Amino acid sequence: MNKPLKLGGENRFHVVKRAELPFKQTALLYILAIVLALVAGGIFILCIGHNPFSFYATLISGCFRSKLAFVALIKIIMPLLLTTLGVAVAFKMKFWNIGAEGQFIMGAICATYFALYWGDMPHFLLVIVMMLAGFVGGGIWGLIPAYFKCRFDTNETLLTLMLNYIALYIVQYLRDGPWRDPAAGGFLKIAKHPESAWLDKLFGIDITWVICIILVVIMFIYLSYTKQGYEIAVVGDSHNTARYAGMNVKGIILRTMFISAAVCGLAGMLQVTGDATSHTLTMGIASGVGFTAIIVAWLAKLNPFGILLVSTFFGILDKGSGVAESTFGLSSSVADVLQGIILFFILGLDFFIRYKIVISKSEHEETKEAAK
Amino acid sequence: MNTIINFLFAAIKAGTPLLLGTTGEIITEKSGSLNLGVEGLMYMGAFAGFYAGYKTNSVIIAVIASMLMAMFGALIFAFLTVTLQANQNVTGLTLTIFGSGLSIFFGQQMINNEGGKPSMSVDFMAKLAEEPLPLLGDIPVVGKILFSHNPLVYLAVVIAILAWIYIRFTRAGLNMRAVGENAAAADASGINVNRVKYMNILLGGGVCGIGGAYIAIINSYGGWDNGCINGQGWISVALVIFASWSPAKAILGSLVFGAFSAFQIRANEFASAFPALSFLAEIPSAIYVMLPFLLTAIILIFTSIRGKREGAQPANCGINYYREER
Repeated sequence: MNKPLKLGGENRFHVVKRAELPFKQTALLYILAIVLALVAGGIFILCIGHNPFSFYATLISGCFRSKLAFVALIKIIMPLLLTTLGVAVAFKMKFWNIGAEGQFIMGAICATYFALYWGDMPHFLLVIVMMLAGFVGGGIWGLIPAYFKCRFDTNETLLTLMLNYIALYIVQYLRDGPWRDPAAGGFLKIAKHPESAWLDKLFGIDITWVICIILVVIMFIYLSYTKQGYEIAVVGDSHNTARYAGMNVKGIILRTMFISAAVCGLAGMLQVTGDATSHTLTMGIASGVGFTAIIVAWLAKLNPFGILLVSTFFGILDKGSGVAESTFGLSSSVADVLQGIILFFILGLDFFIRYKIVISKSEHEETKEAAK
Repeated sequence: MNTIINFLFAAIKAGTPLLLGTTGEIITEKSGSLNLGVEGLMYMGAFAGFYAGYKTNSVIIAVIASMLMAMFGALIFAFLTVTLQANQNVTGLTLTIFGSGLSIFFGQQMINNEGGKPSMSVDFMAKLAEEPLPLLGDIPVVGKILFSHNPLVYLAVVIAILAWIYIRFTRAGLNMRAVGENAAAADASGINVNRVKYMNILLGGGVCGIGGAYIAIINSYGGWDNGCINGQGWISVALVIFASWSPAKAILGSLVFGAFSAFQIRANEFASAFPALSFLAEIPSAIYVMLPFLLTAIILIFTSIRGKREGAQPANCGINYYREER
């Protein structure tokens, strides 16, 4: 039996862990959290002297007012969605991969190598090779912390965090030295990918969106309906249980981290070859998407379709606040503030999904009852 | 000789905000909370400190404002992770996004309102001038390197030493280390775990905030810069590992990390003063920027290979404590 936790000295409130809530109630609580967060965000908007309703309206209309705006929105969503799918795999195993940013960058670096030095390959072949390069490059960057975790129990949160910055400054190193574009004069930049390395377009947007949809479905099946997905969940729950069941825990950790990081690397490859970045590898290629992905993954409870939903929501906030910037003269970092507020509310409300507060009888009454 | 003196002087100056951020994060982590929001806290402290200093012309008010603002951010973290049991990684990252967004947002508002980037008054900056200390400042070489800094540098070192004493030698420090290593055992011995966590998260956050104010005021020579923190919060998180969770070692560590950043600017000067060391100027600056993270990664791996408990992360760091799951 759960013994209740007292919040304070003579408090009558007890916090008790709940059994899992039915889906309907959980969804209701989430909607409540989002509404509360939007209200809090609205109060913030009001405080800085703008009408929250027209602000939110601009936010949404800004994303859908023209085909161009909609395409821009999709371009923001795609890398976030893919990276989140990647980190979700590792998180399912409770492996705290904070290194999506670095794996994303590594994928972009490896792909860029082939674009710059093997650019005369046939287009179709080149794109496939680049995809593989991004996939493997990101994956290897993720295998490093996984290996040390398995071998020496090195803290993966801190090591993946460090690897992010190492990857970022590898880009700077390449930009300043080996891959510096001589055609750019005194300007430090890496050369633009040749046209043969550009992704094809379908309906006006590069094919990344098709890959996104395919990966969402594949990930859903992989995590929920395959043996490997099941192994990931078991290892995530308890290494010991997995070991007793005869699973090769280290092998599973390495394999899962490779897949997680590889998907992030693929996201980086698609970002650098798509139209969102003018086909050039820059220091700002990831610009925080790996960190946002961690939050999105958590919010979506690691469900691929949830990830699709949440990253779309984040995309709208991001794109819309860019429009709000020009309409209201507010800095676009208002998006970060709103994201922060919304997240704080959902993080807080999650408590009420997992725990419930019970008002208990006083100790006096309990003793009386016991006496009976 | 002058080159070396200038270089060490610059290293200390550049290392100071890192020392503050690291000391704050050490206090937080020692009590069992991994707050990845240092970058956000420093941003919040940066704006509040700058704005308060700009409006009041008082250094003390600027420092206090930066502490209070960052403590507000830390309070959000503490409430969510300690009281509401939210995931620490996610909460910390959210705090980074929120804090930097808030600071850049208000920074931009300030620029718009003032019709240009605001600058601290000459009077204000004079209070933070790099004057030699009486007596100590007159010592040759050492006086210039160690005792000719702006007052905030000494404040940072004093805070680090106080934090070291607090963690190592006081009753409260013992309690917080107990909570950080094994919250359940600490709880059983009668320590109020939640109170200890709250206090230290707030205290640590406040110290990080001062680091932010330092960057906003000193590093940009009194002018406001929206992107001023620029990853130094993350370097501070790395430095915590480099200093193996000891504020005393953090003083030396911040000097090393400060030296890397001083080197990016002064490598050429160094090479011309010492022809034998001219290869240093050949090393691309990207390597110097990368070194703090690379060294930290290597140290992290080596401490885990040795497998010793001392100098490693507190055992319960990053794990929420929920009494019923004992």
